[in-house]
Amino acid sequence: MSPQTPPTPAETPLIGDYAESSAALTGARIGVVTFPGTLDDRDAARAVRLAGGTAVALWHADDDLGDVDAVIVPGGFSYGDYLRAGAISRFAPMMTSIAREAQTGTLPVLGICNGFQILTEAHLLPGSMIRNDHLKFRCADQVLRVENTSTAWTSQYTDDELITVVLKNQDGRYVADEETLTRLEEEGRVVFRYVGSNPNGSRNDIAGITNAAGNIVGLMPHPEHAVEAGYGPDDAVGMRAGTDGLTVFTSVISSLTSSGAAL
Amino acid sequence: MPRIVVEVMPKPEILDPQGKAIASALPHLGFDGFSGVRQGRRFELTVEGEVTEGILEQARRAAEDLLSNPVIEDVVDVRVEGDA
Repeated sequence: MSPQTPPTPAETPLIGDYAESSAALTGARIGVVTFPGTLDDRDAARAVRLAGGTAVALWHADDDLGDVDAVIVPGGFSYGDYLRAGAISRFAPMMTSIAREAQTGTLPVLGICNGFQILTEAHLLPGSMIRNDHLKFRCADQVLRVENTSTAWTSQYTDDELITVVLKNQDGRYVADEETLTRLEEEGRVVFRYVGSNPNGSRNDIAGITNAAGNIVGLMPHPEHAVEAGYGPDDAVGMRAGTDGLTVFTSVISSLTSSGAAL
Repeated sequence: MPRIVVEVMPKPEILDPQGKAIASALPHLGFDGFSGVRQGRRFELTVEGEVTEGILEQARRAAEDLLSNPVIEDVVDVRVEGDA
């Protein structure tokens, strides 16, 4: 056979066009960051749309946040979890821009799973995640108690509401020194706490926390996987019918529209 | 070419589940002389040419900023080694 120019492979977009077919109910624009190895960016973007917002794709190598009103750092295995989960991603230009805006205490930022790990590596949230105490990857429905409903991401939950979302990770064990744990507890900055058996050995059963200003929230479980009946955790209504995670996304959109930021 | 070796260990107060798993596997192989294991990391940074004090200082900063997470880990050694 004579050598031929190989066919050009169909271009697979590395980053989704979330704007398509969006009929957003509000003007809230929520950025969703994609790193190499991110898995849950499309799920997070879909959760934003289902909640009535507009999802905006943000690429890790860009540094322009555009006109987004809030940012989600989604889950996955950015940079293959090489070195430590989130250790390399935190130096991405987009993370530098997010950190600058988030540290003013106004831009709502949510880190889910690997996103939470990135926020701790970036020192935007205290503590760190290490290997689960049982050393296994765990994927299961998990009950959480929402203990802080004053953040932008939890404002529509009721105090101490129990929710069920998916937990899936291997490095999910939250650790921090005693002083940090005491401060988190005293200041009411534990946002989500594991209920039932502790799934990974996290200190104080902590599943998610917020910063002092309350605009940055990180959690290991995945609210974006519990937003649509048929694809969520099992609940009293039926198999995979759970949508308890959707309130995270309606909360932030509600906070943004009521504060006028997105109008 | 010389290398700069950086060694990072989990902080003493941080439980090391991987080390614990290794410790529990050792007796099964007949290695019964060890009461504990802690697992760390070793990095080898290759240098073209001479290791100046400036390059060594860069390695120390990289060890603190990227190679370790000060919340859970300590940099226990940064040293120069000759050709392998």
